[in-house]
Amino acid sequence: MYHYRPGKQMNYMMLEVPARSENESFVRVVIAAFAARLDPTLEEVNEVKTAVSEAVTNSILHAYDDDRGLIKIRAFVEDKKLWIEISDSGKGIDDIARAREPLYTDKPELERSGMGFTIMENFMDEVVISSSPGKGTVVKMLKVFNKVAESSH
Amino acid sequence: MQVQIIRRKKNLIVRLKGELDHHTSLTFRQAVEKELEKEIIQNLIINMENLTFMDSSGIGAILGRYKQFRDRGGKVVICGLSRHNKKILEMGGLLKIIPVCTDERQALENLS
Repeated sequence: MYHYRPGKQMNYMMLEVPARSENESFVRVVIAAFAARLDPTLEEVNEVKTAVSEAVTNSILHAYDDDRGLIKIRAFVEDKKLWIEISDSGKGIDDIARAREPLYTDKPELERSGMGFTIMENFMDEVVISSSPGKGTVVKMLKVFNKVAESSH
Repeated sequence: MQVQIIRRKKNLIVRLKGELDHHTSLTFRQAVEKELEKEIIQNLIINMENLTFMDSSGIGAILGRYKQFRDRGGKVVICGLSRHNKKILEMGGLLKIIPVCTDERQALENLS
């Protein structure tokens, strides 16, 4: 189960950016830099960056519908684990189960593939989505690094 | 992301450099569509050798070009796929419909 304790022992970071598409790459780079202390493989870094990119893009495209709002990013590290929370105060998701379906998109005219949540689920160890219509959405993700290396000892 | 466009007879080669995401995908789409307006082009080669990052926006952008060229009776070929980019395209089901070559030369041979 996804759980985190943002207590004194755990190192963390917080970031807030306006929901503008040029911030997608910025947030990816910040999270990658924060995760670097856990000594992830290049592949793991790419997976985390992609999952973060998907969540941030969702907030920009779907939560605010081009209306400017804020996206908050929090991340925590402990041992080999990275917890990430990406939240917005946008319109929320009416049907989370449908939004998670591969290839589902309500914006095909913008050439959206509908693969965002599928990629998050494939690349992260856990993805928890909470949403309240009219209030916003929080995506919480957990990544455990170096799983292969650890199990070989 | 930088987009470099090269014409080889009926083939359009698009070299993508940098990161393909929601923010940059429109640059790619517009660059290709601009070429389609002015020239008689049949096929598209997308060179991803210098594409250091891609998310699901890349799936949508490439699928869009695939449909565009298919509707004109042409083909799309991808070359220079990194492991990460390949994984993304595979998840989107694109590797079932778009041929992948190692480099531009092989892609041109595939189309001739």
